[in-house]
Amino acid sequence: MNLRRLSAIMVKELRQLRRDRVTLAMIVGIPVMQLVLFGYAINLNLRGLSAGIADQAATAGSRAVVMDMIATGVIDAEIAAATPRQLMDGLRRGQISVGVVIPPDFERRRIDGREAVQVLVDGSDTVVQSAAIQLAQMPLDNSRAQANVTGLREVTPAQISVVSFYNPERRSEVNIVPGLIGVILTMTMVLFTGVAIVRERERGNMELLIATPVSVSELMVGKVLPYAVIGLVQTTVILLVGLWLFDVPIRGSVLDIYVAAILLVLANLTLGLLISTKAQTQFQAMQMTFFVFLPSILLSGFMFPFAGMPQVVQWIAEVLPLTHFLRLIRGVMLRGAALVELWPSVLALVAFTTVMMTAAILRFRKRLD
Amino acid sequence: MAGNDAAISARGLTKQFGKLVAVDHVDLTVPRSHVYGFLGPNGSGKSTTIRMLCGLLTPTAGRIEVLGLQVPKQAEALRRRIGYMTQKFSLFEDLSVRENLEFLAAAHDVPKVRSRQRVDALIAQYDFADRQGQLAGTMSGGQKQRLALAGAVIHEPELLFLDEPTSAVDPESRRNFWEKLFELADDGVTILVSTHLMDEAERCHRLAILDRGRLVADGTPLALTGALEGRIVEVVTREVRRARRALLGQPGVVSVAQIGSDLRVLTRTGGAVADHVRRALEEAGLQGEVKAVSPNLEDVFVEATRKRARDEEPARRQQA
Repeated sequence: MNLRRLSAIMVKELRQLRRDRVTLAMIVGIPVMQLVLFGYAINLNLRGLSAGIADQAATAGSRAVVMDMIATGVIDAEIAAATPRQLMDGLRRGQISVGVVIPPDFERRRIDGREAVQVLVDGSDTVVQSAAIQLAQMPLDNSRAQANVTGLREVTPAQISVVSFYNPERRSEVNIVPGLIGVILTMTMVLFTGVAIVRERERGNMELLIATPVSVSELMVGKVLPYAVIGLVQTTVILLVGLWLFDVPIRGSVLDIYVAAILLVLANLTLGLLISTKAQTQFQAMQMTFFVFLPSILLSGFMFPFAGMPQVVQWIAEVLPLTHFLRLIRGVMLRGAALVELWPSVLALVAFTTVMMTAAILRFRKRLD
Repeated sequence: MAGNDAAISARGLTKQFGKLVAVDHVDLTVPRSHVYGFLGPNGSGKSTTIRMLCGLLTPTAGRIEVLGLQVPKQAEALRRRIGYMTQKFSLFEDLSVRENLEFLAAAHDVPKVRSRQRVDALIAQYDFADRQGQLAGTMSGGQKQRLALAGAVIHEPELLFLDEPTSAVDPESRRNFWEKLFELADDGVTILVSTHLMDEAERCHRLAILDRGRLVADGTPLALTGALEGRIVEVVTREVRRARRALLGQPGVVSVAQIGSDLRVLTRTGGAVADHVRRALEEAGLQGEVKAVSPNLEDVFVEATRKRARDEEPARRQQA
């Protein structure tokens, strides 16, 4: 890798970009437009949330309540915790989205008619929140048979209280804006590099480029890096508009947000590059980016909750960079998690980028045949 | 086999695209510091040959040695030492004259300080002083060609490949362009230039004629035309069309071309050509003046391509 040649490619790309008014408008226009459109639009419902249970009472009654909750299908018991503290940790790491706390004095509270069960909710996902509210509607008197046996009074629905973490007002914008960073970066970044190589081939520049000593990796990296900077500019635009229009909280570190963003940007740019080595025309490249874009929007958990999808679809979603980015950005921005706590997704994005870049470099030949 | 004095030496060079044989067993030797022409109609395999010589296409068969390097194996090492000007303008239309040259200098590993000198020198030398900030896409055909040539020589290559460099350029720009080529050749640069224009081919030190992938003739323009001495006659007659029809069927007549109001007749053998043609005209009841003229490259080209057709004809009949 020769730095002078690499920087020559980058400077060239930036100079061309500066003169490309449509693309420039796209860099700022698309984020603002989408943010406003999506920000006011989406709300949904679901089942199969991963849950943690802290049954501190450990009585027959408390176990019955837990079984009833699981029987509704809204939650899947993922971990059994000893304390509410452990549940909160799990929530922050994104390991669970619902925590059920049954206090040691459950039986007494139930008799007294006080709140007997607490449901902790990851409010960074509004869909999860609304599901938890359904859960709270569940009357504890489903366990009436046992209650009668033990001679206890019927309890009223108000006995389950929902505590929503991270998004107490249950505003969906709060959840959507961080996701939008990912959606917008996916949409624009894949497209930018998706046409990068094809365009030069169409315009005839490629024959000139491959006749120079510029190496394939210099060409590829030189095309990716300028757009990575553009990606960070877009991230900033979305964050600022999100703060200004929707009051989106930033609970984690800003640095972590940018690191997460750059991971997604690189994953998408290298994917675009791979598309570009395959496509014959710019139009074809755009069609191919849609093959990536649609599943990303639908399966990543941006529109519909990941937990509610069939297993096979979840596997597909695990391959998409946006899925992992959403886990990161919601964790960092809304739950205040540190990036290291979310390492599996960080690793997934790095692996994706490496595979795509390698494939693009291997696929590209400095030949015309 | 390939002497060190040759800039390019190719043996049995062949390229097949599917069933189409674009280049068919071409043997080529280009001496150093020469302007070597590649003459042939569109589709004769000129571009394909050039691309194989610079290592952009992999030959189906044959051996290539360029500047002492094996191609395509050592193509990467070769790139620093050759310049290549594509048939279609391939510089960046959305970069300015200076930006294009700066990019190409860096891409060819020209050291930074030297690069600035070269860009400045080329801008002056190729008359871009007052338009170095202009975008390449907004320039005229002639200016683009000039810029492309400047870009191809920015790293001072030893060998320059030019693929139909002047096909879209007016005669004035073409003259200037060729002057630049000879300046480069004087500095010791070897130039391989393809063209389908006879007047351009005439300017070359040596040239090769390609026809449907085959190399059908090569030599200096003088030697090539000299070989046809005595075989060309010009016919001046009132009834040009009838005369042409009458002559075309005659044995020994290779081609009859109308040039303005005259006919140019190429015959198979020299000798008493004028008499033979005169007799043929009389037999057809036509009057005309017949005189021997000296051959030009177009005659060479016609003879070379017709000869190949004649040679192949018996073979084809045998097959049938």
